[in-house]
Amino acid sequence: MPQLTITRALPWYAIPWVVDGWRQVRRYPLFSLGILVFVLVVPALFAPWVAPHDPYLGTLSNRLTPPVWQDGGTMEHILGTDKLGRDILSRIIYGARVSLTVSLIAIFVGGLIGTVLGLISGYFGGKTDAVIMRLVDISLAIPTILLALVLVAAVGPSFGTVITVLIVLLWARYARLTRGETLSIKERDFIARARVAGASHTRIMFKYIFPNVVNSLIVLATLQVGYVILLESTLSFLGAGLPRAEPAWGVMVADGRELIVTAWWVSMFPGLAIMLTVLALNLLGDWLRDHLDPKLRNL
Amino acid sequence: MQRYIAVRVLQSLLAVLVMSVIVFGLARISGNPIDVMLPIEAEQEDYDRLTQYWGLDKPLHQQYVVFVSKAIQGDFGQSLKYQGKSAMGLVIERLPATLELAGFALLISAILAVPIGVLAAVAKDTGWDAAAKVVALLGQSLPIFWLGIVLMWIFAVWLDWLPSSGRGSLKHLILPAIALGWFQVAAIMRLVRSSMLEVLDSEFVKLARVKGIPEWKVVWKHCLRNAGIAPLTFFAIIAGVLLTGTVVTETVFTWPGLGLLVVDAVRSRDFQVVQAVVILFAFIFILCNLLVDILYAYLDPRIRYQ
Repeated sequence: MPQLTITRALPWYAIPWVVDGWRQVRRYPLFSLGILVFVLVVPALFAPWVAPHDPYLGTLSNRLTPPVWQDGGTMEHILGTDKLGRDILSRIIYGARVSLTVSLIAIFVGGLIGTVLGLISGYFGGKTDAVIMRLVDISLAIPTILLALVLVAAVGPSFGTVITVLIVLLWARYARLTRGETLSIKERDFIARARVAGASHTRIMFKYIFPNVVNSLIVLATLQVGYVILLESTLSFLGAGLPRAEPAWGVMVADGRELIVTAWWVSMFPGLAIMLTVLALNLLGDWLRDHLDPKLRNL
Repeated sequence: MQRYIAVRVLQSLLAVLVMSVIVFGLARISGNPIDVMLPIEAEQEDYDRLTQYWGLDKPLHQQYVVFVSKAIQGDFGQSLKYQGKSAMGLVIERLPATLELAGFALLISAILAVPIGVLAAVAKDTGWDAAAKVVALLGQSLPIFWLGIVLMWIFAVWLDWLPSSGRGSLKHLILPAIALGWFQVAAIMRLVRSSMLEVLDSEFVKLARVKGIPEWKVVWKHCLRNAGIAPLTFFAIIAGVLLTGTVVTETVFTWPGLGLLVVDAVRSRDFQVVQAVVILFAFIFILCNLLVDILYAYLDPRIRYQ
């Protein structure tokens, strides 16, 4: 009797190596870490050495040079130049620095304010708690983009304005998270013991409660970096973020908006940089959350 | 329940109040508001008249009262850029375009997201589910403004199927609506998926299957009807997000709505118009949030007693 083999035709999305490959990507953050190192970290840290040209200076005779693989492209400007003749690759590299600086400062300061207020709110409770939590509710109800627009209309675009807007937006989530955790931690025995031993309120909050919250805070901060970069670039795109001359990714996409018919590369590459960075950060954040702090799943 | 609603309404009013204080405060920080309101060639008596009208000779807290009472009547002053038009008049003129865009985007995102969400739940842990996850991930990572430009590049420049900007026929509406709705697709889809998973596991579904009802009917009629409640309440949040999202989308596609109006106003420092749009948007946004909370509390009694 002849051997009978049955082969099932699988659609591409169910082919084992596709599914497995996807699982590997989910299991290890190597993929996202790789992208991050290439697109964000190395350019941000070593911009002056990595960038082939000055991001602010261009020669008008070189304006709108296409990328190297198109007719008229040169190795001099691998990703082409914008309408002022500035090298796009160099601007993207410096843009990584801008995005990273703005989002890290905003998250650090916002996180610090939120954490301290959250600790106070959860630890003391009562009226303090009520007031701080109402503030949290209010700040979560204010639409960000609009706040940024008013602020910029009043004082003009600058690093300070963007960072202020982001801080106003970010602190509330940290406050809410820290308060929630503090509420449960402060009922535990070691806190009572510390109190009996004569520790001050400040000491209990920062030496005993804070170390137990810090894991969740790190996860939240990682999850927010991508979101903040997206937000910053959106604001910059609208002209409500960083000043026009800065090599910020959002500004660069806005520069290319009118040129898509003639020079698609001006807005395409910076946009790609934003997308890859945010995608990688989201994957990394999900991975960190699953491994460090699964209870944050619904955040 | 009434107590809960009362508290939430009060909080929302407070949020609107805070927003108005911010707008008012910023208007004063940026210098004498009269300088911003009047063209350079204005006469001294124009200054005096406006100063009187906005109560600028009075102390700050009284100025705020004047500002709020005028704002409630819809008076935000005259636009600087469009001479002879009031800020509120401009807002009302542009509002229909924005509502049209936001409504269509909501429709598109629902049409896309609900079937994908249902499929992902029915085919849990298969390729379909994974594909849906990729869509969700992309939804969170793609900047709206860039997606808009890419869509424009592909469908308007390359293929020349659809117009790249402006408002007019239904064709003009498609690209901006997709760009605007894209982000929501991911959100709605995940919600539909998780609530479908819950319903698929329940007793009445098993009963329906045992009775011999065809599977497609079980899924699309019996399950979806029950799983739809949670995503429905979510639509109010989405409406709020969409409305602020129009600011970005309208800028990309030069759609003549409120979003474009406010961005143009920011660029030309037309503060009166910025004020009017921002306060209106904030009001709608906060109202949407309030509606969601009340709806949730109505559907899920546990929330009321927290």
